[in-house]
Amino acid sequence: MSPRILHIASNTFREAVRDRVLYNLIAFAVLISGAAILVGQISIGIERLVVVNLGLAAVSLFGVVIAIFIGIGLVSKEIDKRTLYTVLSRPVHRWEFIAGKFLGLAGTLVVNTFFMAIGVFGALLYVSHHFQAADGWILVALYFIILEFLIVTSLALLFSSFSSPLLSAVFAFSLFVIGSFAEDLRGFASAASGGMRWLASAAAYAVPNLSSLNIIASVAHSQPVSGQLIFANTLYALVYVGMALCGAVLIFERRNLK
Amino acid sequence: MIAIEILGLAKTYSVGFWRKRAKCALRPLNLTIHEGEIFGFLGANGAGKTTTLKLLMGLVFPTAGTARILGMEINDPRMKAQIGFLPEQPYFYDYLTAGELLEYFAQLSGVPSGERRRRVAAVLTQVGLADIGNLQLRKFSKGMLQRVGIAQAILHNPKVLFFDEPMSGLDPVGRREVRDLMEELKQAGKTIFFSTHILSDAESLCDRVAIIHQGELRGVGAVADLTSSVEGKVEVVWLASEIPASIRALVSECHISGDTVRAVVLEGNQDALIDALRRERLRIVSVTPVRTSLEEYFVRKLKPSEAAAGISS
Repeated sequence: MSPRILHIASNTFREAVRDRVLYNLIAFAVLISGAAILVGQISIGIERLVVVNLGLAAVSLFGVVIAIFIGIGLVSKEIDKRTLYTVLSRPVHRWEFIAGKFLGLAGTLVVNTFFMAIGVFGALLYVSHHFQAADGWILVALYFIILEFLIVTSLALLFSSFSSPLLSAVFAFSLFVIGSFAEDLRGFASAASGGMRWLASAAAYAVPNLSSLNIIASVAHSQPVSGQLIFANTLYALVYVGMALCGAVLIFERRNLK
Repeated sequence: MIAIEILGLAKTYSVGFWRKRAKCALRPLNLTIHEGEIFGFLGANGAGKTTTLKLLMGLVFPTAGTARILGMEINDPRMKAQIGFLPEQPYFYDYLTAGELLEYFAQLSGVPSGERRRRVAAVLTQVGLADIGNLQLRKFSKGMLQRVGIAQAILHNPKVLFFDEPMSGLDPVGRREVRDLMEELKQAGKTIFFSTHILSDAESLCDRVAIIHQGELRGVGAVADLTSSVEGKVEVVWLASEIPASIRALVSECHISGDTVRAVVLEGNQDALIDALRRERLRIVSVTPVRTSLEEYFVRKLKPSEAAAGISS
């Protein structure tokens, strides 16, 4: 990998870390975990279920909010503030800039998720007093949540490469919501007929299938996750992220920075 | 040796949302800048100076034409390692300190890790920011940011420098320091291409200048040549508080300030005036041919009637 990509990624990570909004979100995540403990205490016999459900949902929600709201500014903010001019006048390819920005935010989200996961496991230990073997599947759910962040980040970056931050936020959030119900959309497509079936199928396969990455409910019920699903989801996320980033690079390579 | 070669570079933007229309930002531009020159690119606001610089930096793509810097195409990364660019009214990552920003740019420019700290410290000293290298850029004034901009442009010791309005936002002392720095860089063998609308800066710094107006090149040449056209008049200065009647008939323009008289006379009357001043026993301070200033040349080149005849490179 080009060292320039790593330098850009490292600077993007540093920007996020020095951004107070990020700290606030971590604090909110901790508060949500605290709330999970409270709910766990008043939910007799289902403390673990509630804590895992609420904790992982909070991790996912806060991460997605960070991915969208930082992701949409990754390129457009640099253009608006003209900080990009002194970067691209150096021996830096535009694709390296996109790759570096993506890796920087992805790294931020992984670190952020790590700290929130510690909060979730802490809350779990607090209500259960011990860990059980099935808690290991929570790590898989967290891994899927990170895959979800990567997809959302790549989409935010794609929209950021040609659109304003506001429109990028609308597009990215819409795709996140639709993608969360992708399985339902596929079900609707199979039930429809004619042109509607064709349209619904096209939409169902174009939007990211985030519902298959959501295994929070099954993990909360201590159900195991198959290796096949882990492999399929990993492959799907990598291909989807790759395609979104290629799109961002193709657009950004041709863009005039007025 | 040619440092920058601009070959028919042109840019037309498409403006409007529904009904697109073409807006010409730069008509085909041909320029050649030699190594070691300080070249001034002059024009009023909106003339096309920044568009030209953005085209050379690969930030916008030309509609037609091309350019070569140090013999390499403008999209060649090897070329970009040998140039430095200061954008107009630069803005940097304000969460970084000046030192961190320069360290980051040194990494991107491929400065070896062992050399980075030394280079960063050296350029911070060179632009007078050595004491505040650890201060976050969000606390910097406009003039200080301009200095950081110059520092990042010269950080990796490039051969060719592009400055877009380098004196913008600087106080008189700051402007003087930037001028001195540019002189130093020229002495070190650097080529400097800079845009400005401050003609006095161009006149005092540049070997050659080009004048651009409404995206069109209106004139190019050595500053000495452009300002050397003697208009057949001479300015004579002598010490006196009034003008004797014998002299009044010889002078066309005359100003008295304190005990000094400044008079402009036709070259043909110069000897007669000097003889008359000697007869009156008045002390002559200076006799200087009247030359066209760069400002006068600039204003003349902006007149549409002279546009067609004025294009040369």
